[in-house]
Amino acid sequence: MRTIPFVISAIITIALVFALNKKWGPIPPIGKFLSPQQGFWQNAESIDGNRNENLSFKNLKGKVSVYLDERLVPHVFAQNNEDAYFVQGYLHAKYRLFQMELQTYAAAGRISEHLGNDPRFINFDREQRRSGMVYGAENALKAFESDPVSKKICDAYTAGVNSYINSLTESSIPVEYKILDYRPEPWSNFKIALFLKQMSKTLAGYDQDLQHTLSKPNLSFDDLMQLDEQVPDSLVPIIPKGTVFESPGVTPVKPANADSLYFEKKDTAKVVEYSKPNPNNGSNNWAVSGKKTKTGAPILCNDPHLELTFPSVWYEMQITTPNVNVYGVTFPGSPNVIIGFNDNIAWGVTNAQRDVRDYYEIQFKDESRKEYMYNGNWTPTDLKIDTIKVKGGATVYDTIAFTVFGPVVYDRTFSKQLSNNKAIALRWTAHDESNEELSLYKLNRAKNYDEYLEAIKSFSCPGQNFVFASKQGDIAIWQQGKFPARWYGQGTYLMPGIDSSYQWQGFIPQNENPHAHLDSGFLESANQRPVDSTYPYFIPGNYITARGISIARHLSQMESITIDDMKALQNNYYSVFAEGARNILLKYVNENALSADGKRFVNMVRNWDLNTTPNSTATTVYQTWFDSLEVGIWRDEWRRDSLVMPFPTEQTLLEWINKDSAFKYVDNINTPEKETINDVITQALQNAIPELKEEETEGKLEWAKHKDPTIFHLLKEGVMPFARKIHVGGWSNVINAVTDTHGPSWRMIVQLSDPIEAYGVYPGGQDGNPASKFYDNFVDAWATGQYYRLWFMKENESKDKRIIGTLTFTNS
Amino acid sequence: MRFILALLLTATIGFLAGLRLEWWSIALVAFLVALLIPQTIARSFLSGFLGIFLLWALLAIWINAKNDSTLSHEIAELFKLGGSSILLIFVTALIGGLVGGFAAMAGSSLRPVPKGRRI
Repeated sequence: MRTIPFVISAIITIALVFALNKKWGPIPPIGKFLSPQQGFWQNAESIDGNRNENLSFKNLKGKVSVYLDERLVPHVFAQNNEDAYFVQGYLHAKYRLFQMELQTYAAAGRISEHLGNDPRFINFDREQRRSGMVYGAENALKAFESDPVSKKICDAYTAGVNSYINSLTESSIPVEYKILDYRPEPWSNFKIALFLKQMSKTLAGYDQDLQHTLSKPNLSFDDLMQLDEQVPDSLVPIIPKGTVFESPGVTPVKPANADSLYFEKKDTAKVVEYSKPNPNNGSNNWAVSGKKTKTGAPILCNDPHLELTFPSVWYEMQITTPNVNVYGVTFPGSPNVIIGFNDNIAWGVTNAQRDVRDYYEIQFKDESRKEYMYNGNWTPTDLKIDTIKVKGGATVYDTIAFTVFGPVVYDRTFSKQLSNNKAIALRWTAHDESNEELSLYKLNRAKNYDEYLEAIKSFSCPGQNFVFASKQGDIAIWQQGKFPARWYGQGTYLMPGIDSSYQWQGFIPQNENPHAHLDSGFLESANQRPVDSTYPYFIPGNYITARGISIARHLSQMESITIDDMKALQNNYYSVFAEGARNILLKYVNENALSADGKRFVNMVRNWDLNTTPNSTATTVYQTWFDSLEVGIWRDEWRRDSLVMPFPTEQTLLEWINKDSAFKYVDNINTPEKETINDVITQALQNAIPELKEEETEGKLEWAKHKDPTIFHLLKEGVMPFARKIHVGGWSNVINAVTDTHGPSWRMIVQLSDPIEAYGVYPGGQDGNPASKFYDNFVDAWATGQYYRLWFMKENESKDKRIIGTLTFTNS
Repeated sequence: MRFILALLLTATIGFLAGLRLEWWSIALVAFLVALLIPQTIARSFLSGFLGIFLLWALLAIWINAKNDSTLSHEIAELFKLGGSSILLIFVTALIGGLVGGFAAMAGSSLRPVPKGRRI
């Protein structure tokens, strides 16, 4: 034995193995990661590998055949519902496990546990838990599990996910786990509930109550209502104007002291809100009756706008059992089809945009937070200690106080700005017990309008516009959700939470939710306010007006509609909003004050065809100018003192200028001069010129280059090689609503003829593995407005040449 | 001859161990092979290094060919290797080779010193 060489080489070997087996910051454990037998190489699947498998599980009752078509869409044929949901869970996990887990970790406030010790992650996690995401999921779980049908499907789905997870080895776990160096954990029904709460946060988690409260010193309630316009002049509501609404079943009463204690009270503190959902999470859907189509069959269209990600939020599939035959897109993380069609009906959803969150100011007795004032008594809180694990850091313990209003989100322990005994609790419909899975289960099986209505009427949160069309020829829409019945102004600001007088007094009765059921004409929704001013309730929301106008304008003029017409409409780039906005820009700009470049830019806008096409340079000039105008009008008032308010919407600005071009916010309060609208619009362009010139020099003035749309992987900038740049036009206020990171996450067109003819596409691919050719194979078709014919397969077509693999599941 | 034998044994047993055990089983294999097959320390290092280097290189090349370089290209970008699959295969093999080499060196230096031969 040679001691010195041994010691040296042994130490080097052990040190190497240790160092290469450990994650260093963002760098994965190199040895483990690069090992061809365990590491990422094992995820580099064979491009043309065999996709046939025989699998057996003890949970199954019978045989299930899954036919994978040439786009890797599974067509599941099962002998009973539970087997079908078991296989749905298995397939979701097989192709999308990392995404399912990450989304539920985010929902549960557990991202620090896997992404690391970063104050942003810890604050995110704390805010998620404090806003009642876990609490809401616990309540949803109670609802799922108290109903025998939804319990069975959730149990089967969860068993399917876990069967896949249990089959994984060190080498076969998805590559993202290897990069981040953690392992999947068991799935549960609770995670299904968490997933749905994450959707509620995305779609029904936006409000401006706290910012509105901060704006009180500068803006009166009347000012705010004018700015945050409830019924814009140009509104084309979802429910056609002129519809007569029943008198309200619930009449909420404003507290007598509301003027002094609520509307005019101004001593409220500022808190930091860490994660707010994107208010542009919108969507389009519409249905045209057979009387307007060429074939005489109704056509239903839907394109939900969400963040565009890899993997996509959607996973396409067909599920067939003796009791259902349904095709559409599913959420990995939840059983059932979310948007799709069956043998008899088709349905689609857009977001209701309604405000279903209100904040209450709580008075704790002391710093222990054990008691709070309620109806004249010190009342005990329910204190819950949350444990937040932190990767590479100390565990964080957070105590959350639950009150009759809901969980206390912001208090001294989370928001240093708050004084000792003050706190802010959140009331949110997503906290309430409700069974969305049962609604979806029934909707997947609905045969006609009555069954559709029966299915959706218990759907609570997030509120959605469920559009419907059936083979019988009728079309319908319901804005369905559980919506508080508010007195005028209730919940616009933080409300007093020392007694019951400001609590919600009830909910709008389900049958009074906005709806229409027709056998001619068309119905459409695009996140606009659902009803005109005759609807008898105060229904604030972050509504978007322009797309609804565009869709209604086209559909009302169209006759003999074909599927190709609908494809063109979903991909329409025309900006209705810019019609009006350009008019005011050109009307008020003082061209004589502009440089040669300025004059040239004005001419580009003047000659623009108002289409936000990818190559349009005028779109970039217009949008940059208009954005600059918004800053010019609002920034002086909206960014002062401690106030950081989102600007009023572009629709508000346009309508104010049209009504009164000398309205009070035009003047810049930071200058001694009194600006006119001409000054502000001209100055807005002048301020935009340097940026426009620079983009022009760099060759980035074309709209698609300017906005630079990108589909990121869920791990964002950390894994740019997994992202894709896309060359597409559009904007959030045009029908083809692609912004830089958001857009139509699924486009679907269903003609309810016999047989059904359906088309669809989403910007992604069925397989979440970046190594797969099915990772991003739909992107180009989506970006160029192409569709795939959706194959509503029959089981006797199992020899079809489109099938590239068959998974056979049997009972073991 | 011993060199070739040691190299082949390291690669073959390393492969078999890798089917079941953690990635660092290559170190154990290279160590044991070097302990059993008498060679100078330098030659042991080299046979251990090359055994694992070749094993990992060949496996990576084979997997990569079937995957059309899709994933390796992206991982090579992630690792700032200019998206080069070839370079990533080389780095993979080098990492494995170094572990194999030093482990073999340790194994070899545990052997009794042969009489009349210098280290």
